[in-house]
This record gives sequence, structure tokens and C-alpha cells, in this order.
Amino acid sequence: MLKILKYSFFDLMRSRWSYVYFSFYLLLSFVLLFLNNDLSKAIITLMNVIIVLVPLIGSIFGIMYYYNSREFTELLLAQPLKRSSIFLGQYLGVALSLSMSLVLGLGIPFGFYGLFKSNIIWDFALLLITGTFLTLIFSALAFSMGLNNENKIKGFGYAILLWLFMAIIYDGVFLMSLIMFEDYPLDKLSLVGIMLNPIDLSRTLILLTLDISALLGYTGAVFKQFFGTNLGLLISFAMLSVWVVVPIWRITYKSKKKDF
Amino acid sequence: MRAKLVLWVLIFMTYSGISQTIEVCSTCRITSLSQGIAMANPKDTIVVKKGTYLEHNIKIDKPLVIVGNDYPVIDGQFKGEVMTIISDGVTIDGLFIINVGTSYTEDYAAIRVKKSKNFVIQNVVLEKLFFGIYLEKSSYGKVYHNKIVGDAKEEYNSGNGIQLWYSNHIEIEHNYVVHVRDGIYLEFSDDCLIKNNVSSMNLRYGLHFMFSNNDIYKNNTFENNGAGVAVMFSKKIKMLNNIFRENWGTASYGLLLKEINDAEIIGNTFEENTIGINIEGSNRIVYKHNNFIKNGWAIKVRGATYSNHFIENNFLYNSFDLAYNSKVNDNSFDMNFWSNYTGYDLNKDGIGDVPHRPIKLFSYIVNKTPETIILLRSLFIDVIDFSEKVSPVFTPDNLVDKKPIIKRIAW
Repeated sequence: MLKILKYSFFDLMRSRWSYVYFSFYLLLSFVLLFLNNDLSKAIITLMNVIIVLVPLIGSIFGIMYYYNSREFTELLLAQPLKRSSIFLGQYLGVALSLSMSLVLGLGIPFGFYGLFKSNIIWDFALLLITGTFLTLIFSALAFSMGLNNENKIKGFGYAILLWLFMAIIYDGVFLMSLIMFEDYPLDKLSLVGIMLNPIDLSRTLILLTLDISALLGYTGAVFKQFFGTNLGLLISFAMLSVWVVVPIWRITYKSKKKDF
Repeated sequence: MRAKLVLWVLIFMTYSGISQTIEVCSTCRITSLSQGIAMANPKDTIVVKKGTYLEHNIKIDKPLVIVGNDYPVIDGQFKGEVMTIISDGVTIDGLFIINVGTSYTEDYAAIRVKKSKNFVIQNVVLEKLFFGIYLEKSSYGKVYHNKIVGDAKEEYNSGNGIQLWYSNHIEIEHNYVVHVRDGIYLEFSDDCLIKNNVSSMNLRYGLHFMFSNNDIYKNNTFENNGAGVAVMFSKKIKMLNNIFRENWGTASYGLLLKEINDAEIIGNTFEENTIGINIEGSNRIVYKHNNFIKNGWAIKVRGATYSNHFIENNFLYNSFDLAYNSKVNDNSFDMNFWSNYTGYDLNKDGIGDVPHRPIKLFSYIVNKTPETIILLRSLFIDVIDFSEKVSPVFTPDNLVDKKPIIKRIAW
């Protein structure tokens, strides 16, 4: 598996798109820092960008790579290799190269602007961690979409639809249901609601650092326990890990059964 | 000749009467403060030397100056009130008063001033107290540079740091009040000046006004109090250059205004509060040159609030800049800086060309269904906020800042 990972990884490292992705983040954070020179404000802006953009790029890149490397996959399948290690290797190659572009693209400019001497290093670390998690989650989801659909167009469509659903539609439905059932106690429901969407989950992690004063304005005891203590942070990270593990498990499961 | 002698004697007697100094210490002729007060003539000075004095219910019934040397400890042994001033012109300086009695029927204080004028209470340290300095129907006094450290746990069995009741023309300056119920509390007290105090970590309010008019408070710091600062049922209060910080909680405000008319709120900083200013039934107030930084809600308007003017304030990175619970608006916003203003300034006059709508649809939704706060900063919410901004339906449509400033305002 490691060998396949290495091949995929270096294959992607040579590809133009990794560089584009990397330089996009590099440019974005340099511009943000150049314009206002305020690290913490730049982090807020980046957080907003990351929770939308990273899942999108993760899904598109994942599905693209899956379909593009189909011939290579078929070649590998003819060899005495475990199926799960072929697909997992490819998946990890994509996910890691994307994460690396993200971490380096954001890390270098912030490093230049004196991140290590400032006290917001924890906020920045959180930003990188959520970004990496989202990359892992959405490229895994894209891979399993690819395994499900032979048809490229369909696969692409589903991957983008999934992103659209998670990023926008889900919140709309969620908001409507909260308003509809406002007569009932909703704090548990709303917490469960965010757990079921990785984008919302990462958004919550960001809220915990940025908007804690507003969140504490709400009277629910469950909310208070969740947001007021480290419990929220721990549960969010645990759920994000579950969100990584489940699609990966699906990839291995599917790849074993699939007929090529 | 005889007449001259009598005159000299008279002069000597009056002279000694004015300047006589009585010393109180464990090895002196006079060993307790109450004994000293009993022996003193009006206008005498009593010097209390370093030591511990187990005394309570000390009554000061003549104009005296009581000075502590190296902070002598007056221990009330939790038996009741420690000092009561019932005479005009009393000065208390440099005492360390501890262990004031707690009662559920009487407000025992470390120092109570009752129906007196021209008093000065300064450099006093109070610890383990019920009420700290209690001014009752007294006026023209000064409470200066005192340190009040309480250990209040519950609201019902704790007292206030500095309390004014029907006391006018009082100056409260450079005091430090922590861990009591209300740091500074004014009830029916007019024309007072509250300056340069620090009031923090109190159970309820850092500063609390009730039915008090024409007061000024400035350059104070209120931090981490249970419910922030409350100004209620008062007129013509000036609030200048204060700092309100980190008042977090469901019923916590930087500043709570309730039934306040004709006030001025200028040059204050509201930082990281759940609600910066909560306004309810308050009219004709000017808000100018205030900084609202990283609050949950910078300003929450509850209703019956008319003719308030918000001029040249900075709204920086608040989760919500403004929340209204009705569609009616009679307040004006002019020339403020909003950090989330998205317009542009093509003619470069420093004023944005597009009016700014500070109120978001989402703040209206959160008001109705508080649980939706969890969707803050979601892309979907941004989309509906944008559509509301383009054509307001739920939020007051005349609520705009027509001249938003492009750069952060400095003054």
C-alpha cells in the first residue's frame, strides 16, 4: 500500500493542479496578510474560505483522480496485490498531497508574518487541522462515489451534488426544521444536527474559538455544557475522525466486492 | 493685663482643641478606637497605630480625623457593623477593616455614613465583608482610593461594595472592588461622580444605578462581572471612557440600559461581552466614539427605544452588530465604522458610497429561535443575509447607516 501511496503521491506532486492549489492558498494568505497585517483577522477570513472551498476541491480532485487513474488501477489489479491497498494507497496519495498543499500554502505566509511569535498559534493550528480533516473526508467520499459509479459524468455530478448538499442545502433544511419545531426543546437536536455534517462540524470548531461570547448568550444547559467546556472540542474532533473512518471503510468494502 | 491673659488662655485652649492628637495602640493609654473617640473633642485627630483591634459598632458622632498608621486591623469578629459615622466632617484614612457581620434583616456595613456631610473615606482596605462602604442620606463626601475584596458566593447573602442610598454629590474615585454582589450601587443618588474605579468579578453588577439622575461615571473598568453594568430608571447620566470587558453569560451585558433617558455614552470600549449594550425603553441617548470589539451582540435593542443616535462608533468583528426585535425603528445610525461593511468608496471622501444595513436577517431568526445560533457563519446563512440586505422584508427597512466610514475611526 505504501508503494502505491508513494506512486500516487509523486504522480500528483508532478501534476500542475497541485501547484495551482498550493499557489492559490499561498497567494490568498499573502494577500490577506499584506492587506491588513493582522494575523487574527486573516485567520477569520481564511476559516470562512476553508470550510467551503476545501470540501469542494477535495471532492472534485478525488473524483477526477479516481477516473483518471483508472487504467493504472486496472494494471495494478492484474498484479497480486490486495485490492484494499490499491485503492487506499491511491486515496491517501490524493488526500495527503492536497493536505500538504493546504498546510504549506497557508503555513509559509503566516510563518513569514511572525505566527510563531504570536498567541494565535492555536487558532491557526485549528484552522490547519480542520482543513486537513475536511480534505480527508471529502476525498474519501469522492472515491467511494467513484467506486459506485462507472459513468464519469454521473460520478462527477454526485460528488458536486454531495458538496452542494453538505455546504448549503443541509443548513437550509436544518434551519427550516429548527424554525418549524421551535416550540420543542431543540438544543439536543441541533447538536446532533451538526454532528451529521462534517462541514457544520468544522464550522462549530471555528465558532468555539471565534464566537464563544455569542454562543454563551443562549440559555440551554446542553449548549452551555457543549460550548462552555472542552467537551465540545473533544466531541467535534471525535466525530470528525468518525467521518474520516466511515468513508474509508466504505472504500475498502466496495473495492473488495466490485467487479472490474 | 488680666483681659489679655484670659485672651491668651482662650486662644491656647481653642488652639489645642483644634489640633489635639490622640494616639491609639495596644501599649498606649488608650487601647481602643471607641475609647479614643469617646475622649476626643471635635476636630481632633486620632492616630491608630499598627495592631489588631477587636471592635465593632464604633460610633463616630463628632467631626474627627481617624488615621491608621501602617494599616491597623479593625476586626469586627462578624458581630455586626464595624463603623458608623453620624457626624459631619469625618475623615477616615488608612484602616484595614475585616470580618463584618452578615445579617438577613439588616445591612451591616464596614463603614456606614448616616445623614452626614463633608466626609472623606480614603485608603481603606476592606475584607470579609457584608456591605462595604454604605452611604445613607449623606452628601458632599468623597470615597477615594479604597480596596474592597469580598468573598461573595451567593446573591442572597452578600452585600454591595460601595452603596449609595439617597446620597447626593458624592465623589467615588480610584477604588478597587472585587468579589462582592454589586461593585458600586447607587439608589436615589444624584450628581455623583464615579471615576477611575475598577470593579470586577462581582456576582451581579459591576456598577448599578437605580433612580439616580445627573451622575457621571468615567474612566472606570468593569470586567468579568456576573451581569455587567446596569443603569436603570435614571435620567441624564454621562458614561464616558469606560471599559466593559468579558461579561459572559446568558443574562450578561457589558451595559444594560433600562428606562434611561437623555444619557450620553461616549468613548467607551465594549470588548468580548455576550451583549455589548442591551437597550430597553431608553430614549434620546447619544452613543458616540465607542468601540465595540468582538462582542456576541454589539447592541441589542429590545423595544420602546426612540430617538437614540449612534454616531462615529467602531463596530469591529462582532458576531452580530445589531439586533432588533421589532420592525419599527426610530433610532439613527450615522458615520459609524462597520468592520463587515462590503461597500466601496469611489470618490475617496472616506465615506462609503453604498449605505450599510447593520442588521442581519439571521439576527432576527436567532431572536425567534435561539437554537439556530449554531448555524452562525454558515454559507446558507450568508446567502439569506445577502438576499435580505438587497431587499429587506423582516428587518426595519429604514435602519441604515447612510454614511458608513471606510476606515476605523480614531479620535
